[in-house]
Amino acid sequence: MARRGVSLTLLAGFWALSGSAHATTAYITNEKGNSISVINLDKLEVTHTVKVGQRPRGIALSKDDALMFVCLGDDDTIAVIDTKTLKEVGEMPSGPDPEQLRVSPDGKLVFVANENDALLTAIDTATRKVVSEYPVGVEPEGVAVSPDGSIVVNTSETTSMAHLIDWKNKKAVANILVDPRPRYAEYNKDGSELWVTSEVGGTVSVIDPVKHVVKQKIAFDVPGLAKEQIQPVGIRFSADGKLAFVATGPANRVAVIDAATKQVLKYLLVGQRVWQLELTPDGKYLLSTNGVSNDVSVVDVAALKVIKSIPVGSFPWGVAISKQ
Amino acid sequence: MFTSQSTLNRSFRVSSGLHELKALCALFVVAFALCAALSQSAAADPLAVKVGVIREAHPRDTVSILDIPPADDFVAGARMAMDDNNTTGRFLDQSFSVVDAKLTPGEDALAALKGMLEDGVRLFIVDLPPVEVLAVADAARASGALVFNAGAPDDRLREEDCRANVIHVSPTRSMLTDGLAQYLIWKQWRRWLLVVGSHPEDQLLAEAYRRSAKKFGAKIVEERVYQDTGGGRRSDSGSVQVQRQMPVFTQNAPDHDVLVAADESEVFAGFLPYRTWDARPVVGSAGLRPTSWDPSHEFWGAVQLQNRFQRTFKRGMSARDNQAWEAMRLIGDAVAHTKSGDPKAIHDDLLSPSFTLGAFKGQGLTLRPWNQQLRQPILLTDGRATVSVSPQEGFLHQTSELDTLGFDRPETKCKLQ
Repeated sequence: MARRGVSLTLLAGFWALSGSAHATTAYITNEKGNSISVINLDKLEVTHTVKVGQRPRGIALSKDDALMFVCLGDDDTIAVIDTKTLKEVGEMPSGPDPEQLRVSPDGKLVFVANENDALLTAIDTATRKVVSEYPVGVEPEGVAVSPDGSIVVNTSETTSMAHLIDWKNKKAVANILVDPRPRYAEYNKDGSELWVTSEVGGTVSVIDPVKHVVKQKIAFDVPGLAKEQIQPVGIRFSADGKLAFVATGPANRVAVIDAATKQVLKYLLVGQRVWQLELTPDGKYLLSTNGVSNDVSVVDVAALKVIKSIPVGSFPWGVAISKQ
Repeated sequence: MFTSQSTLNRSFRVSSGLHELKALCALFVVAFALCAALSQSAAADPLAVKVGVIREAHPRDTVSILDIPPADDFVAGARMAMDDNNTTGRFLDQSFSVVDAKLTPGEDALAALKGMLEDGVRLFIVDLPPVEVLAVADAARASGALVFNAGAPDDRLREEDCRANVIHVSPTRSMLTDGLAQYLIWKQWRRWLLVVGSHPEDQLLAEAYRRSAKKFGAKIVEERVYQDTGGGRRSDSGSVQVQRQMPVFTQNAPDHDVLVAADESEVFAGFLPYRTWDARPVVGSAGLRPTSWDPSHEFWGAVQLQNRFQRTFKRGMSARDNQAWEAMRLIGDAVAHTKSGDPKAIHDDLLSPSFTLGAFKGQGLTLRPWNQQLRQPILLTDGRATVSVSPQEGFLHQTSELDTLGFDRPETKCKLQ
């Protein structure tokens, strides 16, 4: 007992000493740079650039933030990287050309869409082995998990559907038709709505996950921009759940939406070709990856203003942020 | 002449031992999913949609052996989309099949059409010469059938000879030449030496280039005609003659930035690059080519479609394959939306303002309501990679920038009926 007390004290001291080194950290995948830019979110600066395999896009952190999982599209694998040492410590079998992935709420599984075989694959994060697969539509892409972990959602781009799968019973509970090329899916904070962006359709479908119907579609209208240029991709909800943020691709803007009324409140001009979004754990900042301008925009969520642009690697795509 | 392809055959086609086991497992899962889908939509009746493909074989006489049309030219694209539609159909209780009629040049397309109509087919995807497209459209009209022209690039089919029961999937000559012209203007290559083949299609293509030059402010400094004196393209005697002919043929031209080749008949354009008298790039029918698709196109997720196609048909997807794919995907999406195989319902859905087709070209494809031409970006390729995609930045339009390509609404001669 005494020994454990000592070691705990020591550990606490270590944490205190290294406090600044453990600032909240953002990890950005650079699709063409074949690297990850590590951003210190206290300083809003890139501290490290880590070489990884080819065509990194989707990225997620393990539940304890110790590992990051990075989809390497052209290496047909998911790299497992230690967030402390920034060294690759292993791989997970994704099948060909992995693009997006999600970690289950309990941290035990990683879900990844396997585009070539039209399968949704679950990988055990401990053993790093495939534990189950489920057939979905043509070109599965976006993956979301309901807050209680019971339903896994996959969007299939050419089939234009959101597939809702009861993962425990391996049963499709709904296949819901949305607008063309659904790219990303996200549950709202209480799980009462599922939002799906359609890149080619230019809309967000708001799905009732109980009744399995599209209850509303959100369209975008940016003055001076052709409709075709508005191609919604990444979605995030603010910490209080009241706002939704949608990346609009080549429209170079993040749409701010009232999550209750579904009205677009504002378009925030960010960098060019905005792909994905992530919030800091305190909900203060929203980061956007801007594929063409090679930077990350930082949005002050309270003020709804872009406060900084951080240059990163070539063609930034995905973003993950540590919980502490 | 007729070969029918059902989806089940395809999903059962497996190669080696391990794959067989995997496929068997996958089959069980698919069956399971199907049951789930069925229980979801217990009320809906299964819907089977049969699509007729009528195509005339293209000449095997091409400058490059890489361009010799394969046996399943064009129809392979329709079959690929059939597979895609069937994957979606699995969840909606819809199935799609393709009936293929491959004609030799000069063979009567109406006979093939008649047989399919008697078989109950009401949706057709055709790759035929323009006269035959019109004949098929007019003969199909009485039975309410809808025809997708996914081959002929002739502007007249969309203008003075347009038909209400024809959807045009392939880009027109004017769309292709405008797509290339915009890039040449952006590049400041405004002085063109236009070399034209001696066949009627080459003349039509040259006319499209003349119109594009005028539209976007390029200057054709001189025109030359390359006479097709007959004979084949293959030779065991090597490159000696061509190497000597092409420099001489292009000698003494006024100052120009590019040589624009209008050679739809594939007689000479492929021999021009690296052999011109002046060191100028070749564009048009060789060199930098405007097209709807190329097996090297990989932007916007296209590599997924390329991989699927390569895996299924063991070759790259050509522009003709892609146009047939788009036509079949238009049908698939409209059937998914309307839950109907009725040509009228499909037609109405395709023309509705909310209809968009995702086709890996950077933006959704829609129909021009005034002549039913598919709006689409034009790829500019050198056959190794996509060099650029038009419309180019800065070519603006009040409704859609895609309408800067080809004849626009105010100029149309089409009266749909």
